[in-house]
Amino acid sequence: MVSALSNIHEYLWLILAFPLAGVVLNGIIALVAERPLLLPADGHGHDDHGGHGDAHGGHHETPAYRKLVAFIAPGMIFAAFVVAVLSVLQLTRMPAEARTVVQTLFPWIQAGGLSVSVALQLDPLSSVMILVVTGVGFLIHVYSVGYMSHEPAFARFFFYLNLFMFSMLTLVLGSSYLLMFVGWEGVGLCSYLLIGFWYEKDSASTAGKKAFVVNRVGDFGFLLAMFLVFWNFGTLNYTDVMAKIPSLQHSGILTTGLATAITLLMFVGATGKSAQIPLYVWLPDAMEGPTPVSALIHAATMVTAGVYMVARSNALFMLAPFTMGTVAVIGAATAIFAASMGICQKDIKRVLAYSTVSQLGYMFLACGVGAFGAGIFHLMTHAFFKALLFLGSGSVIHAMSGEQDMMKMGSLRKHTPITFWTMFIGTLAIAGIPGLAGFFSKDEILWRAFSSDHGSPFLWAVAAVAAGTTAFYMFRLIFLTFFGASRMDKEVEKHVHESPFSMTIPLMVLAALSICGGWLGIPAALGGSNYFEKWLEPIFEGGHKAAEAATEAIGHGAMAHHDPMEFILMGASVAVALFGIAIAYYLYMVRPEKPAKIAEGNPNLYRLVYNKYFVDELYEWLIIRRIVDWSIWLWQMFDVQFIDAIVNGVAKTVRSAGDETRKIQTGVVGNYAFSILLGAVFIVGYLIWR
Amino acid sequence: MMGPSAYLILSGILFAIGAIGVVARKNALIILMSVELMLNGVNVAFVAVGSYMGDPTGGIFAFMVMTVAAAEAAVGLSILIAIYRLKETIDITELSVLKW
Amino acid sequence: MIAIPFDSSQVMQGIASIAPEAILVCTAITVLMADLFLAEDGKWLLCWLSLAGVLAALGEVYLLGSSRIVGFSGMITSDGFGMFFSTVVLSACALVLLMATGWSERAGTQKGEFYSLILMSTTGMLIMAKGTDLMTIFLGLETLSIPIYVLVGFQRSRMTAIEGALKYFLLGAFGAAFMLYGMALIYAATGTTKIPVLVYMSVGGGMAGSSLFLAGMGLLLVGFAFKVSLFPFHMWTPDAYEGAPTLVTAFMSAAVKAAAFAALVRVAMLLFPGVSPAIGPVLWVLAVLTMTVGNISALGQNNVKRILAYSSIAHAGYIMVGLVAGDLLGSQAALFYLLVYAFMNIGAFGVLMLISQKEDDGYDIHNLRGIGFKYPVLGALLTLFLVSLAGIPPTGGFIGKFYLFSAAVKNGYIWLAILGVLNSAASIYYYLRIVVYMYFMTPEGEVVTPHTPPFGYALALCACAAVVLVLGMIPGAVLTMAEQSVLSLLM
Repeated sequence: MVSALSNIHEYLWLILAFPLAGVVLNGIIALVAERPLLLPADGHGHDDHGGHGDAHGGHHETPAYRKLVAFIAPGMIFAAFVVAVLSVLQLTRMPAEARTVVQTLFPWIQAGGLSVSVALQLDPLSSVMILVVTGVGFLIHVYSVGYMSHEPAFARFFFYLNLFMFSMLTLVLGSSYLLMFVGWEGVGLCSYLLIGFWYEKDSASTAGKKAFVVNRVGDFGFLLAMFLVFWNFGTLNYTDVMAKIPSLQHSGILTTGLATAITLLMFVGATGKSAQIPLYVWLPDAMEGPTPVSALIHAATMVTAGVYMVARSNALFMLAPFTMGTVAVIGAATAIFAASMGICQKDIKRVLAYSTVSQLGYMFLACGVGAFGAGIFHLMTHAFFKALLFLGSGSVIHAMSGEQDMMKMGSLRKHTPITFWTMFIGTLAIAGIPGLAGFFSKDEILWRAFSSDHGSPFLWAVAAVAAGTTAFYMFRLIFLTFFGASRMDKEVEKHVHESPFSMTIPLMVLAALSICGGWLGIPAALGGSNYFEKWLEPIFEGGHKAAEAATEAIGHGAMAHHDPMEFILMGASVAVALFGIAIAYYLYMVRPEKPAKIAEGNPNLYRLVYNKYFVDELYEWLIIRRIVDWSIWLWQMFDVQFIDAIVNGVAKTVRSAGDETRKIQTGVVGNYAFSILLGAVFIVGYLIWR
Repeated sequence: MMGPSAYLILSGILFAIGAIGVVARKNALIILMSVELMLNGVNVAFVAVGSYMGDPTGGIFAFMVMTVAAAEAAVGLSILIAIYRLKETIDITELSVLKW
Repeated sequence: MIAIPFDSSQVMQGIASIAPEAILVCTAITVLMADLFLAEDGKWLLCWLSLAGVLAALGEVYLLGSSRIVGFSGMITSDGFGMFFSTVVLSACALVLLMATGWSERAGTQKGEFYSLILMSTTGMLIMAKGTDLMTIFLGLETLSIPIYVLVGFQRSRMTAIEGALKYFLLGAFGAAFMLYGMALIYAATGTTKIPVLVYMSVGGGMAGSSLFLAGMGLLLVGFAFKVSLFPFHMWTPDAYEGAPTLVTAFMSAAVKAAAFAALVRVAMLLFPGVSPAIGPVLWVLAVLTMTVGNISALGQNNVKRILAYSSIAHAGYIMVGLVAGDLLGSQAALFYLLVYAFMNIGAFGVLMLISQKEDDGYDIHNLRGIGFKYPVLGALLTLFLVSLAGIPPTGGFIGKFYLFSAAVKNGYIWLAILGVLNSAASIYYYLRIVVYMYFMTPEGEVVTPHTPPFGYALALCACAAVVLVLGMIPGAVLTMAEQSVLSLLM
């Protein structure tokens, strides 16, 4: 045992092998045991799962194969998690400079000057990613066992989910861009399959298609960036690319222009996968998938792949100031736009979707100002609290028998106490309340946006406003869902119940992580040691060095000075968050409840009371309503009309162009011959008289 | 001895007439004949150049072309017959079920 | 009286250089003869007999190996390049024959002439891939084309089949005439039709000033462009593909394309460098227009066979990207892609053939509704082939496209690569549409019941799937083989 543990890195491949085994086993089970269930023609009820694992189906005896699946799928992920933890523990025992382990599995492509192996790379950056992916992934698998317990296609669901885990781990563990791309495509495919999981819903299958198509635009950028890297560096392995940067800079091959081209193309890929302006449109629609999928793929893991890619290529990004600026601006813009669109959503999951887009914006903002470590830190804490919030919302939806409209909830606190408390912790974390995970990571980003060489007070201001908005809409969600009077249907209210343990235990674990997860990176200004930043330092110092070599003027990168400004800004961001919470409290706790209650009891009295509130109405009409209206307008104009119109418009234009192009195919041979003749005349004419 | 350029021009004219025939005619049989005309244009070029250079390749090539043209004509005519049996026309404008 | 010198070793060498072709022709004649003597219920033997002949020819190809054998005073050369394409063409032929076992009764192709036509056509393809003289290339082209014209119209009582055959025939003859005229002009300009001599004369731009030669090259290119269906010479493709029996469509799309590209790559690698400033932009434009028109036209199609026909046009455009790049890597990528393409396309057509109930209407995309979950193996296979056609890892199609586009970037054709990748992204839409119909559309009424594939058919589909996957994960050996074969061409 000791000898096996002493070189656990030789077993790195197990992290991929366990989910793969899950894929195979669940695939076989799905094929053998579930096939008859999947046949609409055979009359098996597709009607009884109008989504969301309806809790009130009959209580049949669980078939044995479902128990097996419920054991295999999370079990495999747990095994992968254990291997990941052991590997990372061993990594911590190594000296900081030597913390890069590459394990070559087999040679993949070796021809024409290209040599790519299927190899895994464990270093501080990928170690954070695999811990998050396997850890949060395991919790979500456990949760899914409960959540999907009434789903006929149980094994198929876990087949997809394990396939996703396998692809995602390939993405983060691969040692080259090519392998990252393989994982990148793989997670895209799984995301597509899982969004469209309830394909009988029309919206689900169109949402799946939209996600896939938008992602292709991003992939196009990534692919081109990869070609450029390959032909200028002669390799696609991370370690080789990073090692070659100085020599290529000296020989003049790697100019700022080239670095800008490569990194901009990469960023196009990142905007697609990580839902940034202008390619974010698919993420809110992706909420059509089952809620655990939203938590796993569209919050905690896959959508952060873009951030991972940018951080992974930090040395290249540091060489391209223009790209850095673009990344920062797009990140900040996405953070504020998405946050303001979150204000007016009524669907509980859509609020969280826009919130995810907004938080991803923060991560890109961090990368754009050169604080890659802070970006990855926020990636981690966000994975904790956003997975928690999504799973909590799933628990709410479960309790509400599938209802997602927050306007039809309220007062759930009493019925689902665990869900309420865990979600409340998650909300405090995302709002940036001091002491919780989100505070440390968000504050780090805000501070760096202000103080870094690439940052500016303007970026800080935008991000701070976005933070206040976040606090506002998250507390709106909490108040509308858990507080106030019940607005539930009577029928639904009878069935409201707390979720089973398989669902609440992951919630509690994630809540604990949302509290403690940030303590790894307490900044020096608050007396912490920022262990997280130091852990990642070996990955990011290369980038700083390269940038210094390029500019040659800037002194050593600014380590945190004890700037009093840091405390002032910290206080300001907390104040903004509290202000947001206060507005939400006023609007959704103090105000709207009273007229509703009174109106219920006495319609005539309601009018009078209503007039009494006239001053408040005016105030609300003047200020608060404007803000909400603006949010709705923004959402309508920008998201639904503008971006969607562009996406749909392009698709429509191309398609109608296709219909026109096809029309030249008249079916008459003479016309075909004419086209050949014309082509021949053009070619020969060009060749002779060019 | 006269250079091959005059023959080449002749071959070009034959080829062009054939090509225009293919494009402009509607009767499949005449289109087939126009293609044969194009091939004859090719043959003229081959034979003329071959004999000018005293090289047998040109002549041999022309024979090959003729052989192939014969085989092609046989297949082509049988296709036309099959079409005529089904549709009682060989007007190409009426044979356009497959399109777009 | 001068005795004509007779060098028996030369004759033997000549026979050796065409041994695989000879085996195929013998098999074709045997099949034709056997057809006369076999009773109706013994006809199944014909297919296996043909298959045995093809496998014997494949074995012979590997016995000859990649060593260089020049036959018939330089008319034909058996070398590594020929070996590669012989492998592609013969495997495609073998797969199609394997599918035909137990399927032909249903498609009405259980006839001696069907198999012997396929074998004859395959012979033509081998000759075309190995021809080192313009005359051999022409003869190979016609030997492969004439049987295909008949095969397209084989089900001659079906209007679409015979119409497709007529269109393909008329335009094929028209296109061949252009190619021939090109050959005549090249002959007029240089006095030879032997490719090695032409290379010697044109190397370093020696013939770039002769407009006769340039016009000849242009017309030669037109002829090839017709056969591999480049824009604007592509219009026959959808009609012929749709009309033909699907078995033949699969054969055409894989084998004919490979053979035509074989000759085109040979000409492009050897003759185009001498006139590259003139012909380079033409190839560039052809590549871009071909993939764009192919992809755009496929977007709104509802007939799956036609979608794949337009997709085959687009793929010709992708492969042209490798030829535009014009170096070793580009050609190597093109060769690799042709191999992968043969397998994924035959596989896709194979699955569709099982699902469709009849020709024509049977290929409407709506028939695919609900297939995916009801028949998971068929669904998964078709998805695999479509994913590979779309160029998504971990399939052979991805590796192929990766190589093609990276060859373009390496040679400085950044825009070509951008347009190629964009096109490839657009193409996902229509491949995906098929998958969406299979999995995400609830059927109206009954789900179509696919035929149960006979043993040989299932074997062929599995082989296609295995090759597509293996080439995606460990493409090294085949890439090296492609590299060697291009190198043997340049020697």
